[in-house]
Amino acid sequence: MRAPTSDLPLVLDDVSLDAGGTRLIDRASLTIAPGAPTLIVGPNGAGKTSLLRLCMGLAAPSSGRITWGGRIDCAPTRRAIVFQRPVMLRRSAAANLGFALGQAGVPRRDRAKRIASLLDRVGLADLAQRPARRLSGGEQQRLALARALARDPELLLLDEPTASLDPAATRSVEEIVLNAAQSGIKIVMTTHDLGQVRRLAGDVIFLLRGGVCERRPVGDFLDNPAMPETVAFLRGDLVI
Amino acid sequence: MADQATAWQLILNGDAALFAIVRLSLLVSLSAVALAALIAMPLGAILALTHFPARPVLVVLLNALMGLPSVLVGLAVYLLLSRSGPLGEMGILFTPSAMVIAQTILIVPIIAALTRQTIEDLWLEYRDELTAMNVGPLGRMAALLWDARFSLMTALLAGFGRAAAEVGAVMIVGGNIDGFTRTMTTAIALETSKGNLPLAMGLGLVLVVIVVAINAALWGTRAWADREAG
Repeated sequence: MRAPTSDLPLVLDDVSLDAGGTRLIDRASLTIAPGAPTLIVGPNGAGKTSLLRLCMGLAAPSSGRITWGGRIDCAPTRRAIVFQRPVMLRRSAAANLGFALGQAGVPRRDRAKRIASLLDRVGLADLAQRPARRLSGGEQQRLALARALARDPELLLLDEPTASLDPAATRSVEEIVLNAAQSGIKIVMTTHDLGQVRRLAGDVIFLLRGGVCERRPVGDFLDNPAMPETVAFLRGDLVI
Repeated sequence: MADQATAWQLILNGDAALFAIVRLSLLVSLSAVALAALIAMPLGAILALTHFPARPVLVVLLNALMGLPSVLVGLAVYLLLSRSGPLGEMGILFTPSAMVIAQTILIVPIIAALTRQTIEDLWLEYRDELTAMNVGPLGRMAALLWDARFSLMTALLAGFGRAAAEVGAVMIVGGNIDGFTRTMTTAIALETSKGNLPLAMGLGLVLVVIVVAINAALWGTRAWADREAG
């Protein structure tokens, strides 16, 4: 039943990424198919952000191949990303969404309604006219999520969306993410927070030194990890 | 002191000749700024967002042209518009139109160079987001110019300052014709050489007041914008 223009499955086939003489991603192979959220964990510098940028198509692999729904060089029309520090346009919250909707090809006459429903979806309806860069960190993160959802994505990539948020803001972001997942959007999200893994994940990818060390359903990953590195990471040891 | 008193009197009494000169100066310089902005802002944005082999040369050239001597621009436009020149048939030498053309040429490099810098800096910040939103080249240019709108006021201001203050170009292509192409700066030059210091000083004062007032208005707008748009 998949539409012919689908971005899924996203397949990384033996992909490496080098930048400035450093190997950021080392021969990673994985498949992202529709389903429950996939969470990516791993120590700092393991390549989590690089992996998301590759998945988004923002970085081209140095070797190997990435395909979206079987196609290479696929424009990012059915996928969206929220960066760890999202950049808000110098406009109101509503205008930020209007811009994203315009780029996604939503006709002008339909935008006001979509903006209102998106703001409502992320709990920012009261702040529609507030300049986006005047919003708090948590509000900006939610607006960034709304902006990504405005593109009506099949695949939503999230780079530590709750990294610098307090528990209340984290909770509202997680609720938005879960709602998106329930509406059929495939979530791929990096995190440092193992509690978040337990709350959100369907399966988990453990990334180490640029490679996929282990990938398992969340229950197995947390309670019955296969690799010694994963065991050490889950125990809280410093894995480098 | 006596001279200064006379200068103030000219202003306070609403001297007609003085106000005609002020009006023409503003008309010419503001038209030049508007025209130059239409050319220079897209040009600056294109230079900021594209990469081609000759780009560094163009960027250096543009920066160098910011210091273009105004008499040289005046001379070039004079040659273009004079009876035997390629555009002589237009018959606009020694008219305000010729002065607008000369000042536009003078300030296009200033506005373009400052726009390029502003847009290039903003692009670094916006690149990932706009790429992820699949924004095409024209859309990028429009979005960046719009979001940089308050910073770009500084570029316009620099252009206006240069246009309002220059004397060489308007003198050559305008001819400093009384009541027709006489601006504040050419009048100051003329009245000073004639020894009519009160009028020269009156005009000088008005020029300074106008430039300060426009700067203050734009500074206020930016401060407001910083609060509003972040």
